[in-house]
Amino acid sequence: MTPAGTIKRSSTLALVAPTVLIIGIFMVVPLGIGLAYSFLTAGPYGGVQQPPTFDAYIQLLFDRDFDGSLVFSPSYIFIVLRSIWIALATTVVCLAVGLPVAWYIVCQSPGRRRVLLFLVTLPFWINTLIRTYCWILILRDQGLINNVLRGAGLVGNPLPLLYNDGAILLGMIYTFLPFMVLPIYAVLERIDPRLIEAAFDLYADRWDVARRVIWPIAQPGALAGATLVFAPALGSFLAPDLLGGGKKLLIGSLIQMQFTSSRNWPFGAALATVVTVAILLIFAARARRAGEAMP
Amino acid sequence: MSAGAFDWRRTPGLGSLTGATLMFLYAPLLILVVYAFNANRLVSVWSGFSLDWFVVVANNADIRAAAFNSLVIAVVAAVVSTAIATAGAIGLARGRIGVAGSLAGAFIVLPLIVPEIVVAITTLIFFSAIGMKSGLINLIIAHTVFCIPFALIPIRARLSELGRSYEEAGRDLYASEFALFRRILLPLLLPAIASGLILSFVVSLDDFIISMMVSSAGSTTLPVYVYGMMRLGVTPEVNAISTILLAVSVAFVAVALLVGRRLQRTDFSQQE
Amino acid sequence: MIEIEGLGKSFPVKGGKNVEALKDVSLTIGDSEFFTLLGPSGCGKTTLLRLIAGFEQPSIGSIRLDGRDVAGLPPQKRPVNTVFQSYALFPHLSVARNVAFGLEMQHVPTAETRARVQEALAMVRLGELGARMPAELSGGQQQRVALARALAPKPRVLLLDEPLSALDLKLRKQMQAELKRLQAETGIAFVLVTHDQEEALAMSDRIAVMDSGEVQQLGTPRDIYDNPHSRFVADFMGESNLIPGHELGRDPALTIAVRPERVMLGGTATSRTKGTIASITFLGLDTVYDLTLTGGTRVRARRRDIGETLGLGDSVSLHWPPEAERELRA
Repeated sequence: MTPAGTIKRSSTLALVAPTVLIIGIFMVVPLGIGLAYSFLTAGPYGGVQQPPTFDAYIQLLFDRDFDGSLVFSPSYIFIVLRSIWIALATTVVCLAVGLPVAWYIVCQSPGRRRVLLFLVTLPFWINTLIRTYCWILILRDQGLINNVLRGAGLVGNPLPLLYNDGAILLGMIYTFLPFMVLPIYAVLERIDPRLIEAAFDLYADRWDVARRVIWPIAQPGALAGATLVFAPALGSFLAPDLLGGGKKLLIGSLIQMQFTSSRNWPFGAALATVVTVAILLIFAARARRAGEAMP
Repeated sequence: MSAGAFDWRRTPGLGSLTGATLMFLYAPLLILVVYAFNANRLVSVWSGFSLDWFVVVANNADIRAAAFNSLVIAVVAAVVSTAIATAGAIGLARGRIGVAGSLAGAFIVLPLIVPEIVVAITTLIFFSAIGMKSGLINLIIAHTVFCIPFALIPIRARLSELGRSYEEAGRDLYASEFALFRRILLPLLLPAIASGLILSFVVSLDDFIISMMVSSAGSTTLPVYVYGMMRLGVTPEVNAISTILLAVSVAFVAVALLVGRRLQRTDFSQQE
Repeated sequence: MIEIEGLGKSFPVKGGKNVEALKDVSLTIGDSEFFTLLGPSGCGKTTLLRLIAGFEQPSIGSIRLDGRDVAGLPPQKRPVNTVFQSYALFPHLSVARNVAFGLEMQHVPTAETRARVQEALAMVRLGELGARMPAELSGGQQQRVALARALAPKPRVLLLDEPLSALDLKLRKQMQAELKRLQAETGIAFVLVTHDQEEALAMSDRIAVMDSGEVQQLGTPRDIYDNPHSRFVADFMGESNLIPGHELGRDPALTIAVRPERVMLGGTATSRTKGTIASITFLGLDTVYDLTLTGGTRVRARRRDIGETLGLGDSVSLHWPPEAERELRA
């Protein structure tokens, strides 16, 4: 007997089915197929063919020598490590900037808060492609910075600001900063102002209050923001591709390459599997942390 | 509060930091817009204000085709995903589910967690595996999938905010389940549904990486086409079309905000 | 007429267990009765109300409305209407359309609907406000709209879930009188849920005092106030001293309940026991004395006429007439 106030089981299934089916068929199944493909052989023109093999995963770590023996090749490992390092750096910078900014916004009047939040969030809705491209305009040899510097006579030849890790980092920070501010803001907004006042009343100075009252409360928000930045940054494609010039590879562009010029679908699928598993683990760890944190 | 009195809300330096951050966020976009209006073909040299490049872009048949595709895809994906999301949100919030519910809950977050590049290539793999040739349909399906969570989240939030008592009151006053949905639930959900529609529309319009992997020469979206242009070099046409895309995004967000604000005013949330 | 027999309701909670919100409740509510379910939070009164309304299904037992078993009937099919604690007025509909809702759902013809809406609004004295939106009304007005909306379909029973809890004191007193008047005017059964015992005493024909999912005592206001059957009821209704038997030299298994206003201090009557004055509080009309008995029990006396003769630390004798006390076991 269904308690009144809820919908019958059959109706519930009918309502939820389209969501489950669409996502199931067009996302979960493809993920499964991707996983399967990572265990197959690369086809000559892209695609895959039999027989099944571990080659794709082996390729991550080893090269095959002329005589067929395996030689340890760290190049792909380096790419993975570089991606992690850049994603980490992005996260740290976003945190370092996002936390104080979020706190500043919380301290404003409700009207100003709304305006500031809107301004911080708006870039999130603008096409990432456009946002990344802007940095090309600024950083390239004939770009804004170099033009200004040369025009002012400060440098003779243009500075190579583009096509390096720094440019990629800049582009990623630019993309992900809003992601960090919002979760932290959400947590800080709930602070009872009297907590702060009580701390000051008990002889704390600003630094104490920041360290011992604000930061502990901000932590879950910071963690959420960090996850929201690190995970996509790891798999990011546009910044490494456009700002890295295609020479500096990160995981995202490496994967993409396998499906275009390199025509090695299984390898791409293997890379994708590794990245996805890593990210799912991060989210799972965070979910467990959040679950434990609740009393 | 008199000047000089201690105000813990004023931390010295934070205002400047926030201002600098906002400048950091918006300056690049402004620079793009300025360049787009530069009459000179050499992007780095300013020679006057001009709309020339916008005209060139507007006359480019390829761009128009790509823009048309993007629009069609976004509209269809937004409508379909919002409809599915509305049903799903209601089912999850008010229905009896057990394992199926947690499964659905996990599925819904999936498009947000899995990296876009992975979604892109696995979608490509999928269509290739089932032998579906590239076309608008593929893009529409792919977009609908990742739009569903964006539409579902505001609707689910609104449902939980509303609480059950309006529906109980409706039932108490003899409303059938269908009348309940049509006369009570739907009107009260409208702001969230509108929000979901606009959100999915913008997200679909903006999508790049998934569209890139799934599209083909014949059916391409605007961001993918513009990316192609960018790879060939920085040109004023690129600046112009980018500015247009920028303006469209901003316009939609503004509309979403206004719609949300207006609908909010005629509403009053549950007491207690 | 509502007949409830052996009604019980359990809810599953986290950890796989069940919590019994209602245990084996049986009572009958008459056709034109003002019946109140009174008790502290968590006693099961709201659960009972929701079971009558049809928002929950009983785990065991039965509910009969006019002889008809309603278990299994959804709220839509029961001739019972509810006034919710939060009012639950539909925010997107005007006052008039809110009140008309139940009638529209029953497919009452438009002309008749309009007339009955006006009638209902007039009954709660809101005749002029039909065109307004709920957000524009004060709390008291919203409450009356909720009443009108529930009364318009002319149900057999009106259920009220703590309807006055959101109102300030003065408004609450006014509404208590209003509700009593409405019930007399409509002649239908009102079932009210409240935790405020004064409210229950003021409005009800009969009260069911509930605790921990069970009916502790059922009776008229006078009955319950003067003859509490248990410690709990004695303590819950008004203020009551609960003195263990051994402090008075009587059967230690007994608890003696005496209201503070009946305890007399000093004087020539036979003393029941002696106590030391621990505090004196002057309240204007009354003076409250808190005393400690030899065994440590605190007793409160509320007197009107004693004057300055007693002071802190004084040892006095306490007494009260036999009819002022109740003997209770647990």
